[in-house]
Amino acid sequence: MSRATLLLLLLLALARPAAADIVADVDDHLVGITTGFSGTRILVFGSIDGEGEVVVVVRGPSGPAKLYRKSPVLGVWVNSAALTFVQAPSFYAVASTKPLEEIANASERKRLKLGIDHLELKAIGRVSENLLKEWREALVRAMVRDRLYRVEPGEVLLLNQRLFRVDFELPAKVSTGTYLVEAYLFEDGVAVAAQTLPLVVNKIGFEAAIYSFAQQQAPLYGIAAIVVALLAGWIAHLVFRRP
Amino acid sequence: MQIYLPIAEISLDVFLLLGIGALIGFLSGLFGVGGGFLMTPLLLFIGVPPQVAVATQANSVVATSVSGVLAHWSRGNVDFKMGLVLLAGGFAGSTVGVALFSVLRGLGQIEIVISFTYVATLGIVGALMLLESSRAVLRRRRKVPTRRKLHQHHWVHGLPLKMRFRRSRLYISAILPITVGFGVGVLSAIMGVGGGFILVPAMIYLLGMPTAVVIGTSLFQIIFVAANVTFLQAAQNQTVDVVLAMILLLGSVIGAQFGTRVGARMQGDALRLSLALLVLGVGTKLVIDLFTAPLDIYSLATT
Repeated sequence: MSRATLLLLLLLALARPAAADIVADVDDHLVGITTGFSGTRILVFGSIDGEGEVVVVVRGPSGPAKLYRKSPVLGVWVNSAALTFVQAPSFYAVASTKPLEEIANASERKRLKLGIDHLELKAIGRVSENLLKEWREALVRAMVRDRLYRVEPGEVLLLNQRLFRVDFELPAKVSTGTYLVEAYLFEDGVAVAAQTLPLVVNKIGFEAAIYSFAQQQAPLYGIAAIVVALLAGWIAHLVFRRP
Repeated sequence: MQIYLPIAEISLDVFLLLGIGALIGFLSGLFGVGGGFLMTPLLLFIGVPPQVAVATQANSVVATSVSGVLAHWSRGNVDFKMGLVLLAGGFAGSTVGVALFSVLRGLGQIEIVISFTYVATLGIVGALMLLESSRAVLRRRRKVPTRRKLHQHHWVHGLPLKMRFRRSRLYISAILPITVGFGVGVLSAIMGVGGGFILVPAMIYLLGMPTAVVIGTSLFQIIFVAANVTFLQAAQNQTVDVVLAMILLLGSVIGAQFGTRVGARMQGDALRLSLALLVLGVGTKLVIDLFTAPLDIYSLATT
């Protein structure tokens, strides 16, 4: 399906008049988390019309993110302060044909929230600007450690000033939900064309069944877990019982 | 081979998990304790979120205790009456413990409380066992005949509500085992352990039960306490990962068989001494971790 789509896109791209435009697609619009899931790669590809540079951004579903700061109390490191960001993307990665600063001017980067510095991270409650900056950096560090944020932009491959492609790595820890893939065509520091594609990450099959059982029928799930454990213990006893 | 755990929401190697299960099973077969006090720190170490590690551990303890109790029951080494009395305290204790766990989790202090509870219990239990067992080993080396009074009377024997426990050959106040059960219930909910390593010494030294009956009886009551913790954690926090529990269980059932065989060939006091050293070793590691500066003083709350 993805190859057919690619072909179709190529044909569309070739047939279009030479106005600045960008057409993009993702190789698979549904990332299924199955039992064997250990992270995946998503391929974003497409074509451009015009002499420009390409920027591709992948944003995960946003939600509140709580961060703790440890400090030593009598020598023991304990969580002593906390801060919650109202909306932090659960995944963020950007890739471009050249360094972002060379492609997009500062106001465009800010407007389109391109680059880790321009993520909109608002804290709940009043926090001084300096302190907020520290917490923001800490959040980014924590997300980078889990490979959920990528600070350094990746590279978009551009062929013949027309076709582009780029890989993004989703680690096993990715959140489920709807992701947005944004592809931009920049000319002279300004975005002249853009396309946004949804990408759904979801648990499927067995994983989904267990998870929704645990969430939606929690007490029943607890009983089932106990029954399974009782049976397993009994079976183990039968198997290893000495004659 | 990686497997994605639906509740823990991480992907881990199946053979690593089986190996951890087997190691814990081996130790639990060797020493006659659940081994949860080692399992939870190991799970945390490989990246399982603390709340999932604790709750899932309780689930797999249910299974290991069942197979243990069945083995001990066939040899007549379970004091059901004592078990039920301990249980009365255990149920109340584990319910309080799970509620406490939810509150502490909300405050963001659950990790430190888990660590501290571990350090305190491992330290106390380990030190007491070390003292007792090293004395016993020395006595055996010197070949001093062990003299033991048939009855020792303390203030606890003056408490009301006296009950007779035939199989344990005891006539003591029911308040005593209820209190012990309650304390172990609270700790097992917070630490995600069956509490065997606290309960076994408590039954021997505090209640004065005969060693032969202790392990079977402690496992008997642990089944119910661990089942209660599993249920409450699943219902209140949705943190029981059945897939993880089953993999650990598979490993530990096999490991336990080897452990039991090795254990049968070792001296009782030498066995207790090595358990004491193991317990103290884990405790020391946790103390070092508490005082070591973290790589990053900021950390994301695990939801």
